Amino acid sequence: MSALEYIHRLPNGLVLVAEPMPWLKSAAFTLLLPAGTSHEPEGLQGLCGISVELCQRGAGDRDSRQIVEALDFMGVERSCAASTFHTSFNVAVVADRLAETLGIYADIVRFPHLPEDEVEESRQTALQELHSIEDDPSHKVFTELKHLRYGKEHGRSPYGTLEGIESAKLKDVAAFHHKNYIPNEAILSVAGNFDWEELKKLTEKLFGEWPASTVAAQRTVDVRSGQQHIQYESTQTHIALAYDCVPYQHPGFYQSRGLISVLSDGMSSRLFTEVREKRGLVYSVSASCQTIGGRGSVLTYAGTTGGRAQETLDVTIDTILSLNNGISSGELSRLKSRVKSSLILEQESSSARSSQIATDWFYLGRIVPRQEVLGEIEALTCESLLDHYQQFPPKGWTLVTMGPESVELKHAV
Amino acid sequence: MRFENIRLDNGLQIIAEVNPQAFSQSLGYFVKTGARDETAEMAGVSHFLEHMVFKGTARRSAQDVNRELDELGANSNAYTSEDQTVYYMSVIPEQQEHSVDLLTDLMRPALRDEDFETERQVILEEIAMYDDSPPYGAMERCMEQYFGNHPLSTRVLGTPHTVGTLDTDSMREYHHQRYASDNLCLVATGNVDFEALVEQAERITQKWYPGKFQRKQQVSKHQSSHLELQHAPAVQQYTFQLAAGVSRNDPKRYANRLMATILGDDSGSRMFWSLVDPGLAESAGMFAQEYDDCGLVGLYLTCAPEETQENWDILLELVHDDDDGAKITQSELEIARNKLLSAIILSSERPGNRLFTIGNAMTLRGVYETLEQSLDNYRRVDLESVQNALDEFRKQPAACVTVGPQLSVLKVG
Repeated sequence: MSALEYIHRLPNGLVLVAEPMPWLKSAAFTLLLPAGTSHEPEGLQGLCGISVELCQRGAGDRDSRQIVEALDFMGVERSCAASTFHTSFNVAVVADRLAETLGIYADIVRFPHLPEDEVEESRQTALQELHSIEDDPSHKVFTELKHLRYGKEHGRSPYGTLEGIESAKLKDVAAFHHKNYIPNEAILSVAGNFDWEELKKLTEKLFGEWPASTVAAQRTVDVRSGQQHIQYESTQTHIALAYDCVPYQHPGFYQSRGLISVLSDGMSSRLFTEVREKRGLVYSVSASCQTIGGRGSVLTYAGTTGGRAQETLDVTIDTILSLNNGISSGELSRLKSRVKSSLILEQESSSARSSQIATDWFYLGRIVPRQEVLGEIEALTCESLLDHYQQFPPKGWTLVTMGPESVELKHAV
Repeated sequence: MRFENIRLDNGLQIIAEVNPQAFSQSLGYFVKTGARDETAEMAGVSHFLEHMVFKGTARRSAQDVNRELDELGANSNAYTSEDQTVYYMSVIPEQQEHSVDLLTDLMRPALRDEDFETERQVILEEIAMYDDSPPYGAMERCMEQYFGNHPLSTRVLGTPHTVGTLDTDSMREYHHQRYASDNLCLVATGNVDFEALVEQAERITQKWYPGKFQRKQQVSKHQSSHLELQHAPAVQQYTFQLAAGVSRNDPKRYANRLMATILGDDSGSRMFWSLVDPGLAESAGMFAQEYDDCGLVGLYLTCAPEETQENWDILLELVHDDDDGAKITQSELEIARNKLLSAIILSSERPGNRLFTIGNAMTLRGVYETLEQSLDNYRRVDLESVQNALDEFRKQPAACVTVGPQLSVLKVG
C-alpha cells in the first residue's frame, strides 16, 4: 500500500498523515504546531515553554488535575517540547485509548483555560528546567553553540532566558497561544494500530472547526562561524563543534547523512576509532546532523580531561577532513547494513515512526516510504560520497567549549 | 510466542522467547557478576572488563569486533550494574548465525596488555563525565552511606584510584572465575531459530567449563546518616535518601513499586502535586529497587538550594503523614496500576525490550513470566498491601546525601 493513501487535509490547513502498523498493540501520535521559539517576541525568551506548560493546566472540561489523572489512568506515555519552529506533543498509548487521548490533546491546544492562578507555577517550572540545563555542561554547551551559530532569533534555547521567563505575563501567553496555536501548517501524524476511516472522522470532529488564522512569515535562517570559550569549573572540557552540511530537504541529503555515518555511527566509525579507541582521549564522541529552516549543520561533541582538549579538537577536525581521502568499500557496506537494520527495527516502534513521518511532512510535504530510503541508501557509492564531500566541504565552523581549558581552531579550518 | 529453556552440559543456560512474527531478534549474554561481587581494592573490575571484552578475542582483533558489529547493522551495547554484566544486540533475523558467533566469541576476550592502558584512559574519562553531570555522584555516595560494609556499596565504575591500579593479571583471574559457563545465560527474543541457536552455541562453547563462583549474600545493617557535599559550580541542590525496601524474590515487591508510583512517580503522584506541579522543585520522587538479598526505597529532590529544607520537609511529610485522611485510596491505586501495566505492554512490543525483561527474570529470579503473568503480578495487589508497604517503609532508618553549591543547606530531623 502506498503511503499516499493515509493523508487527509482539513480545510483549515491541518494535515493528518498516518502509517498503519497493525501488528502493534500501540498507537502513537505527534502533533506539531507552528509555535516555536523563533515566534517568541524579543525579550520574552522562554514564553514558548511557559505557554505549553500552562495549556496543559486545564483545558476543555477538565482542570489541571483531571487532565493528568485521565492521561495517567489510560497509561499514556507523553512528552512535549519547544523547538525553533514548533511546539510538539509526542504521545504513545495502548491502541484502544487513542481516540480518548487525542481528544484531551485537542482540548489542550484548542481550549486551554490558561488559569491566572497557575501562571506563577508555570513560570517556576520553566525556571527549574532552565536551572537543570545550567548544571549539565555537556548539554549547556549545545544551547550556547546554537545561540552563537544561529543568532538571536533562530538560535534561541527552548529553555528561554532568566529575564524572558521572569518577564512573561498571562497576556503574553494568551497572545502567543492565540497567534501560534493555529491549524495552518499544523501536522498530526499517527503511526501504529488504528482504523484509518475512524481516525479521519475523529480528526475532523476534534480539529475541523478550529478556525484558520495567518501564519507569521519566517525570516531566512542564517548561520555564522565563530568561537567561544566558557570558563567553567568542571572536570572535563566539553567541546561542541558545528559545520555546514546540506539540509534535510536537499537532494544530496542522503550523501551527507552517509558521510556522518562514516564519521560517527557505530564502533568502527572514524571518530570513535581515532579519538577514543586509538588515543583514549574521550569516553563520548559523536556527530549528528540537524536542519533548522533551510540550513543543515553537522554537530559534534567530545568531552575530555587534563589538558587534552586541544588534542581532542585537533584529532576530531583531522578526522572530519580525512573524508577527503575517500570512503572505503567496507565503510560503505557497513553504513548500508546499519540503515537497513534501523529501518526494519523502526517497524517495531509506533512512536519512532510517528515522529519520523511528522518530520518528513514538515520538511518535504510528503512521507518518505521506507523503500525509498532504502533505495537512496543502496544507490550510495564510494565515489558519490567523495563527490558530495568535495562539492560541500566542511566550512562555516562554530566552536563552543566549556570547562577548564580553552582551545583554538586550527588555521586550516 | 514460545518459551524455550535448555542447559548445556557445560552449564551454560540458553533461554528464548520466540516470536516468529517479529521483524528483529535480540541476543544477550547475562553474566552474573557485578560491582557487588568485587573486593574494595578491585572496585570497577567488572565494568573495566565489560570494556575489555570489546577489545578482541583469540580469533578477532579489536578492529574486527567493531567492524563486525557494524557490518551486522547491530544495535549493540553492554552495561554493568551492581549484580550483573550484560552484553546485547538487536539484529535482523538473517544475521543470527554471525551474531551468535561474534557475541559468544566476545565472552572469551584476549585481554591484551596493549589495549589495557588506552581503555583505562577511556574509563577515567567516563568517571570524569559523570563527575560533571548532575547529581555529581550523589547517588553513589548515598549507596556507600547506606550500605557501609555491605558489598552493594561498591561503585560500578570504581574510583579513579582503583581503576588506576587495576592490572591485566588480576583481571584475567577475575574473568576466569566469573565468566565460567555456568555463570552465564544466553538469552534470545523475537524472530529466533532456537534449534540453530542451541546447536551453534554448543559447538562454540564446547571447551568452556563451569566454575564454582557463588555470590556472597549478606544481611545489611543500617542506621540513619546524613552527608552534605559541595559541588561549587552547581546551581541546584540534589538530595537523595535510601532506606530498606524488599528483595527481588519477595512477593511484596509489586506492592512496593505501586507505593512508589503513588507517592513519587514523575507525573500525577503525591510528590508531583505537592512539589513539581507548583514549580517548587524540578523533580521530587520515590523509587523502588531490588537486589538478591535486600531492596531499597529511594527518595530524591532537585530544587534551589535555599528552598531545599522546606521542600524536603514537605516531601517527608508526604511519606510520614499517618492521619486517616492521608491513607492511600483505591483510586490512586488504580491509576498507578494502569500506568505500570500500560508501560509494560508498550515496552513489550520490541524484542529488544523483552530481552531485558526475560533475561533479568531468569538470571536474577530464576523464573520465566509471560507478558500476561507479569501484568498479573500487579493486578493481584490490593490496597491493604500497598498501605502496609508504606507503613513498613516509614519505620526504616535512612541514609541521606545532599550535594549543591554550598554546605549547611539541609538538616535532617
